[in-house]
Amino acid sequence: MRVAEAWRVALDALRANRLRSLLTMLGVVIGVAAVVALVAIGTGTKQLIERQVEGLGSNLLIVVPGKLTAGAAPTSSPMTLEDADAVSRVVGDRSRVAVTIASGETVRAGSRSAFASMQGVLETTPSVFVRTLARGAYLTRADVSTGRRVAVLGAGVARTLFGDRDPIGRQMTIGGVRFRVIGVFEQLGQSLGVDRDGEVHVPVTAAQRLLGTDRIDGLAIRAPDRDRIDQLGADVVATLTDRHPDTDFSAVTQEQILGVLGDILGVLTGVLAAIAGISLLVGGVGVSNIMLVSVRERTKEIGLRKAVGARPRDIGTQFLLEAVLLTTTGGVLGMLLGAATALIVDGLSPVPAALTWWSMALAFGVSAAVGIIFGVVPAQRAGKLDPVVALRTE
Amino acid sequence: MTPAVVATEVTRTYQLDGFTVPALRGVSLTVEPGDYLAIVGTSGSGKSTLMHLLGGLDRPTSGTLLIGGRDVGALTPNELADLRNSTIGFVFQSFHLLARTTAQDNVGLPLVYRGIGRRERRARAATMLERVGLAHRIAHRPNQLSGGEQQRVAIARALVTGPSLLLADEPTGNLDSATGQSILTLLESLNAEGVAVVLVTHDREVAARADRQILMKDGLIVP
Repeated sequence: MRVAEAWRVALDALRANRLRSLLTMLGVVIGVAAVVALVAIGTGTKQLIERQVEGLGSNLLIVVPGKLTAGAAPTSSPMTLEDADAVSRVVGDRSRVAVTIASGETVRAGSRSAFASMQGVLETTPSVFVRTLARGAYLTRADVSTGRRVAVLGAGVARTLFGDRDPIGRQMTIGGVRFRVIGVFEQLGQSLGVDRDGEVHVPVTAAQRLLGTDRIDGLAIRAPDRDRIDQLGADVVATLTDRHPDTDFSAVTQEQILGVLGDILGVLTGVLAAIAGISLLVGGVGVSNIMLVSVRERTKEIGLRKAVGARPRDIGTQFLLEAVLLTTTGGVLGMLLGAATALIVDGLSPVPAALTWWSMALAFGVSAAVGIIFGVVPAQRAGKLDPVVALRTE
Repeated sequence: MTPAVVATEVTRTYQLDGFTVPALRGVSLTVEPGDYLAIVGTSGSGKSTLMHLLGGLDRPTSGTLLIGGRDVGALTPNELADLRNSTIGFVFQSFHLLARTTAQDNVGLPLVYRGIGRRERRARAATMLERVGLAHRIAHRPNQLSGGEQQRVAIARALVTGPSLLLADEPTGNLDSATGQSILTLLESLNAEGVAVVLVTHDREVAARADRQILMKDGLIVP
């Protein structure tokens, strides 16, 4: 029997039972759609996090006290600005080193107030992290060295405190202390779950005075090039350990952060896809079931075809193609449904979704495989039917 | 010329729930080209089993059976399928037409398994339908045809491969007597053109029209 003819017969058989074919396909449609949509959401989330981490700036090295292992208790920092100077000497470029001391503070302007994350920083911050200003200017080296009470506001804080008014040059208070606004950041949105528009940058020296401390929480370094980043991290940690023998220090790169987050997301996506895969499997069982029913219903037809010269293989092929046609049609519909779902989720909800060709190809391939695997048994049964018995069936 | 079928001491037994049931107990029979033969007998006499064997749908338990000179017992299932396709035409009591398929495509069905393309199948089927007097019913589906017309379609289907033997199992059993007569007349005209016809029937009147009658009883030919 020619292949084209076999396809025609299979298509015809599916058309004869439109509703049943559709319902049988539905299991596969849902399974494939779920795989495609969930993988798209997983991939989209991963890409978003990668963009956010990379958005911090490239070749970043973050230095914090304590060991960076899961479950380790946060260590209070013994670092001071002198340590930052020492690290600057190791790096060889002060503009590549940023420091931070952070504290949640109530900020006020007139009758309006907000809760903001005050960050005591060096004037180098914009050259280490990617932070662009919407208006005004950033802190200067003189601001830092004199501990001037000036502040650069995150877009959210600026909007809350000043509404539509231009905040530049206006007075505000942080933790009850008066500061003058000199700049406003561009809107950034969330990054790793932190609202970065709620930050207020002030000179680290002013922050230390406000908090009554001379410590800093951590350091960030923008390495000159990617190849030397690990060596630089080791050097920096050695220098700090030298100065604070009782404390462990860790230097992590963006790649390491991305690696950990990527692993977690990968596992999550895998689990979701596996759950979706189970529904595909259930759909396959449905196909198998319907094909067995179809073989039984058409026993007489099988007997007749054999009587006029169909080989066992011809009959088997016919039913196998029918099963494969069912699942691949379901697969294509599922792909479309999954892609549409992903696009709708991406467009209408904060959850990002990115369609990947491999997940679509995989889902389609699996649906074809499901057809073959779950179609084989009914097809073999049909092929082996004894024509004498089959013809006698009424 | 090679006889269409030669059966020598053919037996066929079935296993039913552990019991061995003999359906044929040693049948010898030759069907020559151009024969017109009726096999008669009551139900359970073994005539259907014999017909299945003559048509290559089944294999003998013992004895030898040659169809078109080939030993059925030595053929693989595929070879047997090809043999049925090329040498045997079946006509059944209940027609066995594919319900959603036109008369033309029903007739062309055996050619599908010869790998013949659709256009040629349809051309040959049209010729056959014309020969059985159904040129005007070519695009009709079985449910749009009368019983007699359906049986004519089935006969056209049996003939489309140019078989040497036509096996008809109660071909008039589902038809009124006038229609039955016309079907028998058709079979006889085909026989006159050289196709061997074997009729399986329990109707003595139908059997009487054949050149030769074989009476079956308890799995044996009654001499």
